[in-house]
Amino acid sequence: MRAREPLVKACGLRRRVPGGDELLLDDVRLEVFPGERLAITGPSGSGKTVLLRAISLLDPVDGGIIHWRGQPVIGDEVPAYRGQVIYLHQRPALLEGSVEENLKEPFRFAIHRARRFDREHVVALLRELGRDESFLEKPSRDLSGGEAQVVALLRAIQLRPTLLLLDEATASLDPATVAAAEDLLSRWLADAPSDRALVWVSHDAEQTRRVADRTVRMNAGQCEPER
Amino acid sequence: MERPYLELSAWQLAIATSLILINGAISALLGLGLGRRLLVAAVRTVVQLLLVGLVLEWVFRFSRWYVVLGLLAVMTVVAGLAAIQRVGFRYPGMWLSSVVSVWASSWLMGAAAVFAIVPVEPWYAPQYAIPLLGMILGNALSGISLGLDRLGEELIGRRPQVEAMLALGATRWEAARQPIRQAVRTGMIPIINAMMVVGIVSLPGMMTGQLLAGVAPIEAVKYQIVILFLIASGTALGTVGVVLLSYRRLFNSDHQFLHQLMKESR
Repeated sequence: MRAREPLVKACGLRRRVPGGDELLLDDVRLEVFPGERLAITGPSGSGKTVLLRAISLLDPVDGGIIHWRGQPVIGDEVPAYRGQVIYLHQRPALLEGSVEENLKEPFRFAIHRARRFDREHVVALLRELGRDESFLEKPSRDLSGGEAQVVALLRAIQLRPTLLLLDEATASLDPATVAAAEDLLSRWLADAPSDRALVWVSHDAEQTRRVADRTVRMNAGQCEPER
Repeated sequence: MERPYLELSAWQLAIATSLILINGAISALLGLGLGRRLLVAAVRTVVQLLLVGLVLEWVFRFSRWYVVLGLLAVMTVVAGLAAIQRVGFRYPGMWLSSVVSVWASSWLMGAAAVFAIVPVEPWYAPQYAIPLLGMILGNALSGISLGLDRLGEELIGRRPQVEAMLALGATRWEAARQPIRQAVRTGMIPIINAMMVVGIVSLPGMMTGQLLAGVAPIEAVKYQIVILFLIASGTALGTVGVVLLSYRRLFNSDHQFLHQLMKESR
């Protein structure tokens, strides 16, 4: 199964503390294969978030390279790459306006403009997460941390990405919604296992056991495989 | 139709200067603790203006293009550096963005003034070139200052939103467009407000000066109209310039937001 080409391959990633010598990422090598559910564990400050942000090319790195389907990603290819490899932050940032406006926003970007906001699809996803259509009208400033995570998850999934980088992306949800979100993501992956993958960062060891089929552990900016 | 113009003697200046005692008395009576600063401000006002007067006397008499251009260049660089003084954040090279923006925008408008609108002979005649550019610079400076300050506020305050948009596939322009628009708006609003109330709430300084010098009111008004439009365009160009240069510096060609370059300075 590992004979397949990885979706994303990070080689020799290095990142220093801005203006310092301490290494946030120390020669990290990581591959994510299609169909995979990879968990990244490790103590706080070990570099998990820094690694996910580096993979999504949100921060410049001091060394190393990210390959996407065997090709390096640079310059104006980056937005299209990020449309495929979506990073979800622990505390999602929503824009002013309603939930629906937040979900529509990405379709104004050049790389998603060919597609339309699919309200029915979104409402179906919302039902799976235990919310109904009226949720779309809610102003984003009235949302709880958990509700904001629901919006952020939908905002990403509706774009039909290839790889989701989930950085504690369900940490503020209630247990029932966490289970629903895990189911939703499992089914999303099962829909196209040869073309999708999930990377989880979670402090919840139980969740890691439930959702991951491979785990790597980070320690002081270095990556060590667990199995 | 030049009217007589009254020259001031040193005695008259001294009487006016002594009016600072009113401020001093207020400070003393209310315990404002402003005495020292008032003294420094008063001395600086007199010394700085007398020095400028001496420099201008010399430049006006000498009247060579390279001297005038040299003085204009110094004024421009000082304006560019002054513009970033009160800005609430810094990034490496910000002073250069500011100087380049104030230089390009003000000199373009200055050139439009002396070559096209007020056809001065010769074009570097200091009596026209220096005050015209000075007024354009002063306003471009405040537009740049306000615009930059707002850009920093928006980018620092809305960094999560900007990064969320980048993470969903927005280009750097799509992610930064809203902060950029807010910054340019903020830089342009004061001059628009000034144009709204000019002549009703206050008489602008240049027009007042011309009236004092005996120029017919309608002639003074014509100059004021010209200068206001030069100022408005110069401010708009300067603000857009500095905001776009900062954007290019803070977002790289890999569509990454280099927030770590920004340091708050308040």
